[in-house]
Amino acid sequence: MVHPVIRFDNVSKTYPKQNRPALRDVSLEIEKGEFVFLVGSSGSGKSTFLRLLLREERTSHGMVHVLGKDLARLSNWKVPQMRRQLGTVFQDFRLLPNKTVAQNVAFAQEVIGKPRGETRKAVPQVLDLVGLGGKEDRMPGELSGGEQQRVAIARAFVNRPMLLIADEPTGNLDPQTSVGIMKLLDRINRTGTTVVMATHDQNIVDQMRKRVIELEKGRLVRDQARGVYGYQH
Amino acid sequence: MRAQFVLSEIGVGLRRNLTMTFAVVVSVALSLALFGGALLMSEQVSVMKDYWYDKVNVSIFLCNKNDAATTPKCVKGAATAQQRDQIKGDLQKMDIVQNVHYETSDEAFKHYKERYGDSPIAATITPDQMPESFRVKLKDPEKYQVVATAFAGRDGVQSVQDQRDILQNLFDLMSGMRIAALGVMALMLVIALMLIVNTVRVSAFSRRRETGIMRLVGASSFYIQMPFIMEAAFAGLIGGAVACAMLLVGRYFLIDHGLALAQKMELVNFIGWDAVLSKLPLVLAIGLLMPAIAAFIALRKYLRV
Repeated sequence: MVHPVIRFDNVSKTYPKQNRPALRDVSLEIEKGEFVFLVGSSGSGKSTFLRLLLREERTSHGMVHVLGKDLARLSNWKVPQMRRQLGTVFQDFRLLPNKTVAQNVAFAQEVIGKPRGETRKAVPQVLDLVGLGGKEDRMPGELSGGEQQRVAIARAFVNRPMLLIADEPTGNLDPQTSVGIMKLLDRINRTGTTVVMATHDQNIVDQMRKRVIELEKGRLVRDQARGVYGYQH
Repeated sequence: MRAQFVLSEIGVGLRRNLTMTFAVVVSVALSLALFGGALLMSEQVSVMKDYWYDKVNVSIFLCNKNDAATTPKCVKGAATAQQRDQIKGDLQKMDIVQNVHYETSDEAFKHYKERYGDSPIAATITPDQMPESFRVKLKDPEKYQVVATAFAGRDGVQSVQDQRDILQNLFDLMSGMRIAALGVMALMLVIALMLIVNTVRVSAFSRRRETGIMRLVGASSFYIQMPFIMEAAFAGLIGGAVACAMLLVGRYFLIDHGLALAQKMELVNFIGWDAVLSKLPLVLAIGLLMPAIAAFIALRKYLRV
C-alpha cells in the first residue's frame, strides 16, 4: 500500500491563550515526488503548517500523517527517527559559523551517528550536487547568501530525505540568485524527493508552474495543480 | 555514536564556560571535602569509643563510715560486709558484666596518692576516708543504665558512676563538629547545584544554534543532551578529585605533620590512612553523579529536544 507523503485530515491548530485558530479544518494529500508551493500572507498559517509536519507542534484537532506515520501517535523518542527522513531549509540558512562548509554538511550525519567512512563519501558528493564543489573548506561567513543557502540545502539533502521542507528559502536572496536556488530544488525534486516550499516570491511560483496550496487566515482556500501565485498585493 | 565528536563538543563547552566551570569545580570540591571530613570525623569518634570504652568502668562506690553525715543514702552508716557480698554476688550473676574488681580503701588511697601525690589536699587524706568500690567492666559499655538502676538505690551504696560521662563531653564536641561540617556541606552542595543549573542554562543558550540544527536533522535527545551532562560530570569529577586531595592533605597535616596531633595527644589513637582511602571512591562517585543528575534535570527545563 502506497501512502501519500503528507496527509492532513481536518486539521485545526489553536495555540494556547489565543482565540483564533492558526489552522482551520485543513485536509489535503501530497504524493511522493510532488513539488508543492505553500503561499499565503503573513499569519495565514504557513509556518504552523510546516511546524506540524516537523512535529514541532501537535494538532488541536484532526490527524497529520507524514510518510505514513500518524504524528499524534508517534512517541517522543521516535520523533528524531522521523525527522531523519525529512530535510529542512530556512530563510536564515542556520549554518554553524565556526565550521567549514564540509563540516556543516557533515554535522547532519555526525549527530545521527553515521559512520565516518560514509560521511567522507557523501559530503563531497552532495556538495557537487549543489554546485559548491571546491569550496569544502570555506567558512560560511566567506560565502554569498546564495552559496550559504546551497550549503544549507546540501545539509538538508545529505541524508537523502524523502521529503524536503523549505521555509522561504529565497526570502533573503536577490531574484537572480533565487532562480539558481529554485533550479537546485527542482533538481532535488527530480530525484524523487517530495518538496514543500513556503514562499512569498510571486515570480518564482508563476515561473515554476507547480502545485500551489494557498492558505488564508488558517483556511485552505486554493489547491491548484500547475498554479500561479494568485492573490495581488 | 562517535566518541571523538562528543569529546570535542565537551572540550569546546568547558572552555567556553571556563569561569563557570571553575566555580562548579571549587564548590563541588569544598562540599565533598566537608562531606568526606564529616565521614572521617564520625569514624574517628567510633575508633576512640572502641578504644576508650574498653578501658572505662562503671564504679559502684560503697558507703564509708564518714558518709553517714553528708550523704542521705548512707544514713545507716558504712556498708556492712554482708551488703558488700550481696552486691558482689548480684553483679557476678548479671549477663552483661564481664568482670568485677573490688577496690579496698587502701587501694583507693594508693591510687589517689599516685595521681595527686603532691597536692595539699592529698596530704590531709587518710586511707579510711577513701570509699570502697566495685570496679565493674561491662561487655557492652552502653548498658551502663542497667547497672545503675539495679544498684543505685541499695543500702550501703553511696553512688554509681559511669566513667563514660567524662568522655561523653569530648564525643559530643566531636559530633557537634561533624554536624556543623555536614551543615556547611549541605549549604555548599546547594550552591554547587545552583551553579551547575546555571552553567547548563548558559551553556544551552550559547549552543542553541547547534542544538536546534541537531534537533532538525534528527539527533536523538540523548545525543543532544549528552555533551551537557558529560561537561557537568567532568567538572564534578575534577571537583571530587580535588576533594580527595584535600582529605589526604588534611589528614597528613592534622595528624602526622604540621599540627601533628598524633604526637601531642598520645593517648588518642587516630584513624589510619586506610580509613581515608576507603572514603575516596565514594567521594569521587558522588562528584561524578551528582552534577550529572543536576545537569540532566536542568536540561529538561532549558533545552528543547
